[in-house]
Amino acid sequence: MSATGVGASVRRKEDLRFITGRGQYTDDINRHGQAYAYFLRSPHAHAEINRLDTAKAAKMPGVLAIYTGDDIAADKIGGLICGWMIHSKDGSPMKAGAHPALAQGKVRYVGDHVAVIIAETLAEARDASEMIKVDYKVLPAVVDMNDAVKQGAPVIHDVSGNNTVYNWHLGDKAATDAAFAKAKHITKLDLVNNRLVPNPMEPRAAVGDYEPGTESFTLYTTSQNPHVARLVLSAFIGIAAENKLRVIAPDVGGGFGSKIFIYAEETVCVWAAKKVGRPVKWTSDRSEAFLSDAHGRDHLTHAELALDEKGKTIGLRVHTKANLGAYLSTFSSSVPTYLYAPLLSGQYDIPAIYAEVDGVYTNTAPVDAYRGAGRPEATFVVERLIEIAARETHTDPAQFRLKNFIRSFPHQTPVIMAYDVGNYQASLEKALEMSDYRNIGKRKAASAREGKLRGIGISAYIEACGIAPSAAVGSLGAGVGLWESAEVRVNPIGTVEVLTGSHSHGQGHETTFAQLVSDRLGIPIDNVSIVHGDTDKVQMGMGTYGSRSGAVGMSAIFKALDKVIAKGKKVAAYCLEASAEDIDFKDGKFSVKGTDKDIDFGSVALQAYIAHKFNGQDLEPGLKEGAFWDPTNFTFPAGVHICEVEIDPETGVTRIDRWTAVDDFGRVINPMIVEGQVHGGIGQGVGQALCEGAYYDKSGQLITASFNDYCMPRADDLPSYNVGMTQTPCPSNPLGIKGCGEAGAIAAPPAVINAITDAVGHENVAMPATPLAVWRAAQNAVARKAAE
Amino acid sequence: MPKVSMTVNGKEVSGNIDSRTLLVQFLRDTLRLTGTHVGCDTSQCGCCVVHVDGKALKSCTVLALTLEGANVMTIEGLATDGKLHPMQEAFRENHALQCGFCTPGMIMTSVDIVNRKGNKLDEQTIRHELEGNLCRCTGYHNIVKAVAAGAEAMGK
Repeated sequence: MSATGVGASVRRKEDLRFITGRGQYTDDINRHGQAYAYFLRSPHAHAEINRLDTAKAAKMPGVLAIYTGDDIAADKIGGLICGWMIHSKDGSPMKAGAHPALAQGKVRYVGDHVAVIIAETLAEARDASEMIKVDYKVLPAVVDMNDAVKQGAPVIHDVSGNNTVYNWHLGDKAATDAAFAKAKHITKLDLVNNRLVPNPMEPRAAVGDYEPGTESFTLYTTSQNPHVARLVLSAFIGIAAENKLRVIAPDVGGGFGSKIFIYAEETVCVWAAKKVGRPVKWTSDRSEAFLSDAHGRDHLTHAELALDEKGKTIGLRVHTKANLGAYLSTFSSSVPTYLYAPLLSGQYDIPAIYAEVDGVYTNTAPVDAYRGAGRPEATFVVERLIEIAARETHTDPAQFRLKNFIRSFPHQTPVIMAYDVGNYQASLEKALEMSDYRNIGKRKAASAREGKLRGIGISAYIEACGIAPSAAVGSLGAGVGLWESAEVRVNPIGTVEVLTGSHSHGQGHETTFAQLVSDRLGIPIDNVSIVHGDTDKVQMGMGTYGSRSGAVGMSAIFKALDKVIAKGKKVAAYCLEASAEDIDFKDGKFSVKGTDKDIDFGSVALQAYIAHKFNGQDLEPGLKEGAFWDPTNFTFPAGVHICEVEIDPETGVTRIDRWTAVDDFGRVINPMIVEGQVHGGIGQGVGQALCEGAYYDKSGQLITASFNDYCMPRADDLPSYNVGMTQTPCPSNPLGIKGCGEAGAIAAPPAVINAITDAVGHENVAMPATPLAVWRAAQNAVARKAAE
Repeated sequence: MPKVSMTVNGKEVSGNIDSRTLLVQFLRDTLRLTGTHVGCDTSQCGCCVVHVDGKALKSCTVLALTLEGANVMTIEGLATDGKLHPMQEAFRENHALQCGFCTPGMIMTSVDIVNRKGNKLDEQTIRHELEGNLCRCTGYHNIVKAVAAGAEAMGK
């Protein structure tokens, strides 16, 4: 392994600009003559707009234009879309209500877009917004899912009289009922998967620009997938044809799912740029982000696990209500369905599974993918059930898992997924060793002597990543294919630009992708540049989410590199006067088999462009190749995390004393970056488990709408992490990569709650396990002990 | 509009600004020093931390007009003569950044921690002192390591 090759912890190429303040995020981009947009948002969760009077506001200093839903409609600008069709169990299509970029007659959540004010300065736009008079007829709002589906509840969209988007199901109900009928033990559980706000540190932003001379638009935006944004803005919303719309996602300050979606604000900015004849910039402030970024999770679940007389899992049934908010965001419909229920088998052999999911409208912000997207929710159900089942049957939770793990591969679950490879017991055994699981009893006793409660919690998670085979997701309702593209451009002196449809917003692609290219072509890593995030440079791509950039994006690069090497062999054959079949390529040199004749990669590149040595009819000049990679299966990263907590029963404060993570991500390109992804995922998962929660009051006001009210994990809320790995290379892509971006966020919540409930001897501590919630549970435990 | 003059990264600068302009807006919009970021509107996140007269300050909490004559240093001014500051080096070496958005504020805060607390910093101190800076990417593990390493390097 070279110091910069595959497997090396190469320091990141992108860091220099970030540590010196030279990153270029969307809000750092300023176009000549730009104006500023400010959105007037609904203060009501549910209201009809009787009258909207902008006359006075339009006369305020600096105001260039004010637009409302009427203007959007007059220009025939289409509504925002949901790109994944889900059918209910009766076969009917999901009930998708219209989602205009600016409200047309009705608002459906606090923060919904009523009008946009465009002015010379942001301050002037804000000032003018206060002069807009809106006559609302306030309607009753509904924020609770159970209330929303009751008869007589306020109707949010006319297309769905009972506020239900779909009643979906997966699995074999009869087989599952039969398993439960013969069960010796049934574990039952009601769970809340708390609503979260993704909160990447960079708020969303957009700069729309229009060039009348070429009739073309440019949109700079905080996107994880600029090509998908262009596709949707062109094909569905109708801003402009694709060849007249350039979307640039420059440095993006974190996404975690929330920047996948195509929102109202960027739609309005790019549309308005032509109307006002000026570039239009909008930057979200954090309060707007809380109100209008798509939120995550928000499930209510009842789940039951059936065991036979030997403690073997024989059946699982799950009924989940998923809050989808007031409108269907871009991929929202898929998150609690196909990204959730197919993971309910976890790492376990469960022959019968049946899941029902009701997607529900409420007067809250749209809910869509947030780091893990469906898979954390599934893992929380499975790992809480498994843990409690072990306790109820008086079995050590580690042994209980070992007994029920899937042991042979490939393994077809009853819920779609065909797990290709894995070694779950290896990860568990390594994690038990690293966490010193066998001595937990001694540590519990030591804590007890100090008046503290200590607990340990295991989480054995699996996820489906590398999303995904296009034909497979197409058959499940996806509106797009989920391949990835790459183009390798070799310059005449042998330096290389790689254009990728993946997008980096913290993942370090400029480094890891360059490692792969440098390694395969045998050229210095500094001679490789990675280009991404611009639809005028990269032809097409599907972007970054679902831990897919390594498994899918790098596989496309790998395939394109194969083609470059094959073409290089042909050029080298002419140069070395040999047949192309006799040319080997290794360590940056093309050589004739069995001879000492060779030519280096840079010289072949030069010869490819000079094209003196070969006839251009037989072999085209140049060295540039592209490839699309469409996976043949999902990838299945899996692992075991173990959390150990110490709780002060007097304050309810949970301190995470140890965190052990053992993950199987298949082949790893850069261990430093992969470990960083694990750390960050755990941080978000612990945030969900211990402190984060988004809450609306009954009237639909978001009462956790700033960093003062919404508890983001800070440095002293989180522990250090002990991270290890096992490895079973993925068989369905040429690099053996499974993906690592979401693992921590998926694994962590049940590990924390299993540890806390172990410490307090109480099965139900809801997330977030705040000091108050834990204090209550701990006080019960202390009282119970005293009574014994 | 009133005029304000100050020293930013060693240069005399001035601008005519709306009196409600915050320091961070003056830096980003008037001076086009976009390394200082805005991550919230409640002075919670620390993305906008700069040094004013040698002390860390959230530049979203102060009106630019109140800093007449002040000496301001932003992330762009931390490296000198083309050489990275030891804390910048430590952040890169320890993979203490992912998306990079919180990084300028983190680094400016970290330098200030060392200025106040010295070059030997234990984990607990670092975690406590970072309470005013949010990071959503790293889970803080590598930031804590970087601050300790950077602190030590600053002492050499």
